[in-house]
Amino acid sequence: MPSWLANALLILPAGLLIAICFKRDLIEIGWKVMAVQAAIMLPVGAWLGLSWAPPEREMGDVYRIIYAHVPQVWMALLGVTLNFGCSVAYLMKKSWTADALAEASAEVGLYFGIVGVTLGAIWGKPTWGVYWTWDPRLTSAAVMLIYYTGYLAMRRFTENPDTRATWSAALGTFGIVIPVTVYFSVVWMKSLHQVQSTPKTVDPQMVFALRWAACAFLCLLIVFVYQRYKVARAALAREVAPPEALGPAPVPKGLTT
Amino acid sequence: MADAAFQIADVSKRYGPRWALARLTYTLERGRSLLLTGHNGSGKSTLLKLLGTATSPTFGKLTILGFDAVAQREEIRRRVALLSHASYLYEDLTAEQNIVLLGRLLGVPDPVAAAKAVIDRVGMTKRADHAVRTFSAGMRKRVAIARLLLKKPDLALLDEPFGELDPEGIAVMEQFIHELKGAGTTVVLATHLIEQGQTLTDTRLHLAEGRTLEAA
Amino acid sequence: MTLLADSPATRRPPGLLAATLVVLRKDLLIEWRTRARLNALLFFAISTLLLFSFALGAKSAVLKAHAGGYFWLAIIFASILSLSESFRIEGENAALEGLKLAAIDARAVFIGKALGNTVLLWGLGIILAPLSIAVFDLNVMLGLWRLVGIIGIGSMAISAAGTFYSAIASNARARDVLLPILLFPVLVPVIISSVGATSLIFEGDPMGQMSSWVGMLGVLNVIYWALGLVLFPRITEDI
Repeated sequence: MPSWLANALLILPAGLLIAICFKRDLIEIGWKVMAVQAAIMLPVGAWLGLSWAPPEREMGDVYRIIYAHVPQVWMALLGVTLNFGCSVAYLMKKSWTADALAEASAEVGLYFGIVGVTLGAIWGKPTWGVYWTWDPRLTSAAVMLIYYTGYLAMRRFTENPDTRATWSAALGTFGIVIPVTVYFSVVWMKSLHQVQSTPKTVDPQMVFALRWAACAFLCLLIVFVYQRYKVARAALAREVAPPEALGPAPVPKGLTT
Repeated sequence: MADAAFQIADVSKRYGPRWALARLTYTLERGRSLLLTGHNGSGKSTLLKLLGTATSPTFGKLTILGFDAVAQREEIRRRVALLSHASYLYEDLTAEQNIVLLGRLLGVPDPVAAAKAVIDRVGMTKRADHAVRTFSAGMRKRVAIARLLLKKPDLALLDEPFGELDPEGIAVMEQFIHELKGAGTTVVLATHLIEQGQTLTDTRLHLAEGRTLEAA
Repeated sequence: MTLLADSPATRRPPGLLAATLVVLRKDLLIEWRTRARLNALLFFAISTLLLFSFALGAKSAVLKAHAGGYFWLAIIFASILSLSESFRIEGENAALEGLKLAAIDARAVFIGKALGNTVLLWGLGIILAPLSIAVFDLNVMLGLWRLVGIIGIGSMAISAAGTFYSAIASNARARDVLLPILLFPVLVPVIISSVGATSLIFEGDPMGQMSSWVGMLGVLNVIYWALGLVLFPRITEDI
């Protein structure tokens, strides 16, 4: 596999994300491209991870789950970051787009987070001997998942759309401190997590497979977030039919201005 | 209009899926007294809350005493008083302490003396140092009136003020409305008791489903 | 009639500091009035502390090593109760709306309430400390004042974040469940740092780690108070 291929394929989702900032309608076509790209890259990525990449020096084949675990945790973090961006955007200028996108990114981020952390626990058993360890990244991920479950719970419990949007924006803005602060506070405690390998110290084939998987999951993230956004938007539209639908206001008799 | 108490321009307010007010337009001049009528759910309370800036309109522009309801809320809140279904009282503080609290927030020069004076006006001096938790509904209403008196508003918004009052309390309330009118305060009175309301006000607005049906 | 000297034109509304003190004073006064609740809160915290001992097998060496943890957990659980109560009184009779309509600066409400909660938790911690020292057979190696100080900055961090989240949770359905779900994740670094610092006080600090924990607590306080100051007005205004 040519080593530049994974990076090159990354241009598509990255390019789409940038292009959307300037011309929103591109997402209508863009998501379909992403779906196709994900449909192709995911099975190929599975093959790359499960058989093409060489076995790891110490862990043998057991390590292969990282090609699914690591990218999905990255997607969870991306989802949370997107939620933060939408939350701040909503606080600066109210918009239903920002609110719907915030809901979508929180939910999709939560999904990827749960899957990612679960896969990490599955990996933990054969490598560390335990399903769970209180290392910085794992702890901050778990804590983050609880918080965003609470975020979604708050949204479900709040019936007024305007209040719900404002409170969600506040929670999303405050919530960004969680991964950061939890990570740094736990880092002083003993850590069992893998020392984060930089590409230079790892076999280039492994790097390729990981980058490929990350790109595939990024395409999937875009598809999921967009579809969930559309669902959220439709639900909001039902909730907030504009007053024009009620017809023009009757002019009161005898009114003097 | 410079001498409008408030101007409602195509205002709509939504609570969840329901439009409590729908494209309402109305203007009231200063110094007038308005009777606001309508069935339950017609939007009377919502309109009063909007005028008191307890909430903001979903659509439309609202100008109160010459100030914009969204951009200049602080100014409006200093000059407008809302007598709502909720009493805004802290249950575990005494009547006097509740009023003194308001006085401090408004910047009243001698809050304790001022509080004692308004409590006396509403006939609650004997219970002034009892916790509000021990009060009946009628007594709470009187304390709420005392709060309003302390504020000396330019615009007084009264949401069903006669509810829960005994005949003596009703007399106090009516007297108080006359005083407000005498002092030039614009009064908006929302009540079911139409005949009684008409004796106290000089104009009327009737709401149905959040829209005006007739104004006279 | 009423005092002629007072009219809306001549009134001077309080500034941020004065308004904060009004709110703080009001909250402390209400807490004093309902001090039976404070007793209940204290006994809840004590019970929690004792329950931990029994749950973990009452082996004194083990308890002694983790005493800092139990101490702070008791405070955190008690804080959920005190924070909920702090906003329950504002919901009764829509008192918070009454403050809003008196043209109060919302930031004064945040700072005032957060300070009030801090005082409560700090007091609770100070009472709980000698009890823990006795029950877990602890030595205060680094001085009582340091301990009081750590309890103070820990309480400040819990209160700032807690006041923000309680303002939202107390208005939603399932409020009793929502507050812990939202608050505990945020408090994880506070627990870690406070327990770290407290344990050093009881066990000694040969490697000079105290300043790291105190520094972390300081940073957390800055973050929570700043975010609360900015966001609290938004969440209370647009209801």
